[in-house]
Amino acid sequence: MKTLATLFKNNVREYGMLIALIVIMMFFQYQTDGILMKPVNITNLVLQNSYIIIMALGMLLIIVAGWIDLSVGSVAAFVGAIAAVLMVKYDFNWGLTILISLIVGALIGAFQGYWVAYVKIPAFIVTLAGMLIFRGLTLVMLQGEAVGPFPTQFQKLSSGFIPDFFHYEGLHVTTLLIGAILSILLIFLDIRGRKNQQKYGFEVTPFYFFVVKNLFITLAVMGLCYLMASYKGLPTVLVILFLLITFYGFITSQTVLGRRIYAMGGNEKAARLSGVNTPRLLFYTFVNMGVLAALAGMIVTARLNTATPKAGVGFELDVIAACFIGGASATGGIGKVIGAVVGAFLIGVMNNGMSLLGIGIDWQQAIKGLVLLVAVFFDVYNKNKNV
Amino acid sequence: MPDVILEMRNITKTFPGVKALDNVTFSVRQGEIHALVGENGAGKSTLMKVLSGVYPHGSYSGDIYFQGKECRFRDITESEEVGLVIIHQELALIPFLSIAENLFLGNERAKNGVINWNESISKTIELLDRVGLHESPNTLITNMGVGKQQLVEIAKALAKKVKLLILDEPTASLNESDSEKLLGLLLQLKENGISSILISHKLGEVNKVADSITILRDGATIETLDCQKDTITEDRIIRGMVGRDLTHRFPPRDSKIGDTIFEVRNWNVYHPLHENRKVSDDINFNVRKGEVVGIAGLMGAGRTELAMSIFGQAYGTRISGKAYKSGKEIDISTIDKAIENGIAYATEDRKAFGLILIEEIKNNITLTNLKAISDGGVINEPKEMTVTSEYRDKLNIKCSSILQLALNLSGGNQQKVVLSKWLFAGPDILILDEPTRGIDVGAKYEIYTIINRLASEGKGIVMISSELPEILGVCDRIYVMREGRMVGELPASEASQEIVMKYIMTQQEVME
Repeated sequence: MKTLATLFKNNVREYGMLIALIVIMMFFQYQTDGILMKPVNITNLVLQNSYIIIMALGMLLIIVAGWIDLSVGSVAAFVGAIAAVLMVKYDFNWGLTILISLIVGALIGAFQGYWVAYVKIPAFIVTLAGMLIFRGLTLVMLQGEAVGPFPTQFQKLSSGFIPDFFHYEGLHVTTLLIGAILSILLIFLDIRGRKNQQKYGFEVTPFYFFVVKNLFITLAVMGLCYLMASYKGLPTVLVILFLLITFYGFITSQTVLGRRIYAMGGNEKAARLSGVNTPRLLFYTFVNMGVLAALAGMIVTARLNTATPKAGVGFELDVIAACFIGGASATGGIGKVIGAVVGAFLIGVMNNGMSLLGIGIDWQQAIKGLVLLVAVFFDVYNKNKNV
Repeated sequence: MPDVILEMRNITKTFPGVKALDNVTFSVRQGEIHALVGENGAGKSTLMKVLSGVYPHGSYSGDIYFQGKECRFRDITESEEVGLVIIHQELALIPFLSIAENLFLGNERAKNGVINWNESISKTIELLDRVGLHESPNTLITNMGVGKQQLVEIAKALAKKVKLLILDEPTASLNESDSEKLLGLLLQLKENGISSILISHKLGEVNKVADSITILRDGATIETLDCQKDTITEDRIIRGMVGRDLTHRFPPRDSKIGDTIFEVRNWNVYHPLHENRKVSDDINFNVRKGEVVGIAGLMGAGRTELAMSIFGQAYGTRISGKAYKSGKEIDISTIDKAIENGIAYATEDRKAFGLILIEEIKNNITLTNLKAISDGGVINEPKEMTVTSEYRDKLNIKCSSILQLALNLSGGNQQKVVLSKWLFAGPDILILDEPTRGIDVGAKYEIYTIINRLASEGKGIVMISSELPEILGVCDRIYVMREGRMVGELPASEASQEIVMKYIMTQQEVME
């Protein structure tokens, strides 16, 4: 039976980041006299950072594949601009606009993926070019001015909440119900996974740890849902986020596709000689990134209710930082979806907390940079210690 | 002995699980050209790496005396300081720098870090003149042929005031006239009192210039022949290189050979960068069910290139020729299709091309055939565990768990993972490229046993190997490749190391 100490040692990376997140949250909670965890602020935090998380999902795949994408901020702005122009100047309906925007994102991803995967130009260069190209095209598209406002349905993309079917004063019951169902589902899945492991004779974590872990998760889920429920309920964005995280978590850990991306990043030549069509796979990884950048771009635009030429500046850096803080390896082949999500939340909480404390953007940047360096140092240090 | 410039006494060097050098003694006289010959893997390069400090003092046992003084080199700079310069087979020149820049790299003519270009250029002209190379000092290395680059390497050595020059297969990639020139230069340097050690597989040129020949075999000195006293024939050298006891190194097998399962006809491949260089020249070969076919040859003979071009055109351009499986023509134009048609290629370089080192054993094994352990694109992990555990047991992979990273396995066990991964693809034809390179004797025996078992299951096996005893001990039939062509085919029963070695080595006679 493993002891808790060895368990922690073996998973120091995963738990370490989670603990860091909790510590930082507690710190800001204390420093801001409890504002951080107020329902309205938590909701804001999710809304503000949703696009970072969405793009981090795509970026993680790119980084695991061994590359990088610097263009995502510009692409998000460009797609946002297209959506705005379509709706405001050409009166396109919001549903069609979303569809077209996603397709444009996919085409941009295909454009960049083509140069990287088939022409073999390093992604750093291709996406640096993309960063300039699409920032420029955003300006062209908007002709230098802000375009808005949008139909309410489109705004709902970022500011909407799920409807409540029970009209109980001061509490969003549907949200609580969803939280309860989710908690039960998570516990059920964990029990099944544990049974499966035992069936094949693998060592499982101690029972008390299993119980504590599930209790903790249930508390976290229900706590978050309660906070949301006492405001306006679950934001639509959070639901989209949850679905996307689950989907990408599943793809990376359970499917042939995911396995191949990790193999390609771990050793491209060996993967190719094992029958993996690596150029095609890399191409589609970029297409996927384009679609997610487009989605993020629309959410940002919807949130601001205007498309501006300066939207999304510097997003790529937050997104890349989220992946590396979350434990992805710059040389490829290593990185987890959940890590990137925790990394993105960490950055989000710091952005939010520091703003609440009135720390200027100058120091915010410096502090975020240090956190990135420390997190990666922690990785390297651990790796060297284990070898 | 005042006329001895170098003496290496009782040198022993071990790698994990392998004794690469076993009590080797080697000495070079002042002002002679001393040839060092032996099969691939006999320990020639290791010995030279010990000498030049690539393997620092302390990582081997034994003593080195240079000009009568004991030397304990910690790195290559220290050995160069006393005048010992090694020129590797893969040249160490920077392609986009000029001749002059390369000549003084790490040894710049400079004052306070500022390079004196006038001095550099004039010195370069002087050195180029000594090696008989008429090029501008500003010519970029990338714009010169290999023969001229070789001369630049020698000029670079001269710039370092070389006393003993070591050349590792200097003529391997040179044509006839460039080789002549190079050998002439060695003789000329000898006149000027510079001794050299020449590692070469070309016995003709060894005989032409060497004053003495030392033969290494299995990491031990066999003999040193004095060419000035006796006339040495090539046969005499070959006998020294190969004579050894083969009993008990190979598991017994009785072959049941069926019909032809795989055949390649008129196969031509060109080099991917030098488009006019043919790396496979009109090759025909076949393998039958239950048969182990060996492809012998020197490194660089084009065996790996042939195998990879067959395996879904993983190497080369302008590939032409036909492939047949059990008499029917098959399409092997992509790796996917090759695998689908039952062909597997286990690479010679398992770390670079065979394994994903940062991943688990399990993931490495199933990568070739993820379909078999997934439903609708979703991996069935329990099934994957079961399947890979079976391979671990069947091939005896020594590991703490199939969740162990491939990185942390020994060479022999890594090789077994590579084999497992290709067996998991369910091939009918297995091409094994140097399947026992760099692994110890015990693991080699296990690999041979696996090969025998696969053959007895009716698979066709092609084994590329640079170790002749292995080819003779394992194969039913042997092809010999040289410079991109099949130059010999003989049944193992009629083959001996001497005969195969002759096919491999004596190209000049056959070609002219």
